[in-house]
Amino acid sequence: MMDSVDRAIINRLQDGFPICERPFAAVANELGLAESELIERVQHLLDARILSRFGPMYHAERLGGALSLAAMKIPARDFDRVAGQVNALPEVAHNYEREHDLNMWFVLATETAQGQQAAIEKIERDTGYHVFNMPKLDEYFVELKFKV
Amino acid sequence: MNAVNESLMPDAVDRQIILASQGGLPLVPRPYHALAEQLGMDADEVMARMQRMLASGMIRRIAAVPNHYALGYKANGMSVWDVADERIAELGPAVGGLAFVSHCYHRPRHLPEWPYNLFAMVHGHDRAEVEAQVAQIAALLGDACRSHQILYSTRILKKTGLRIAA
Repeated sequence: MMDSVDRAIINRLQDGFPICERPFAAVANELGLAESELIERVQHLLDARILSRFGPMYHAERLGGALSLAAMKIPARDFDRVAGQVNALPEVAHNYEREHDLNMWFVLATETAQGQQAAIEKIERDTGYHVFNMPKLDEYFVELKFKV
Repeated sequence: MNAVNESLMPDAVDRQIILASQGGLPLVPRPYHALAEQLGMDADEVMARMQRMLASGMIRRIAAVPNHYALGYKANGMSVWDVADERIAELGPAVGGLAFVSHCYHRPRHLPEWPYNLFAMVHGHDRAEVEAQVAQIAALLGDACRSHQILYSTRILKKTGLRIAA
């Protein structure tokens, strides 16, 4: 499915993409490819869902928004109902079931900090269960990067 | 929010650029020109504004994001650590700097249910690889860490990209 050229492209493009008139040409040149081949391959990698995104990654908090990770402890008998109620909120970006007493973990993305509090209160009201809010106090990662 | 942060907030023109590009860059030879044309703006201005947003951190980076699952990283563990508060500022960056840690955050504890204050996402081809990586984190934290766990995801209940509204 992926050949060595695809791998080189994935590794290179995780490092950053230039802002200039012909950025694909610049990267293609580094990789020894034609500009058109690089564009076609990136299109293919996106279509095949090997890449989930390509473009600028915006920093939600620096755009004025608020992000948090929240967890809930939901008994098995209520899990699907609560998942449906939580997922129905547009502020819930990701939601994962995890193996733990705290078994539902979701990311809340809101335009404001007040919006975050309101979303948590709504979830608690709708579901009848407590939300453990864990907004980040600090972040330490450099970047998401998978060598392939 | 203080004045410094406000001066770094995106203005109305920046917001138009964000809305037009947050779903991805056009896959054409001159993607910033295509964006500019779509917005009825000058390409040099679009590039200058994106450069500024990159420098100020509003754009973390312009890059490709692989679908780690499609690349064979099928075991995704959220490792969580109870680290002594007075050591976390020193040890957090060391954990976040490990090549196999994709995201690393200091978060609040919720005692007594939740004693963990450091979160590190670890990705492996299988659980054995995740556990070997977690052992490396444990060694790095040493006696500054009282306990830890790995929470594996068993089901994606919802996954949508983060988007700002129009």
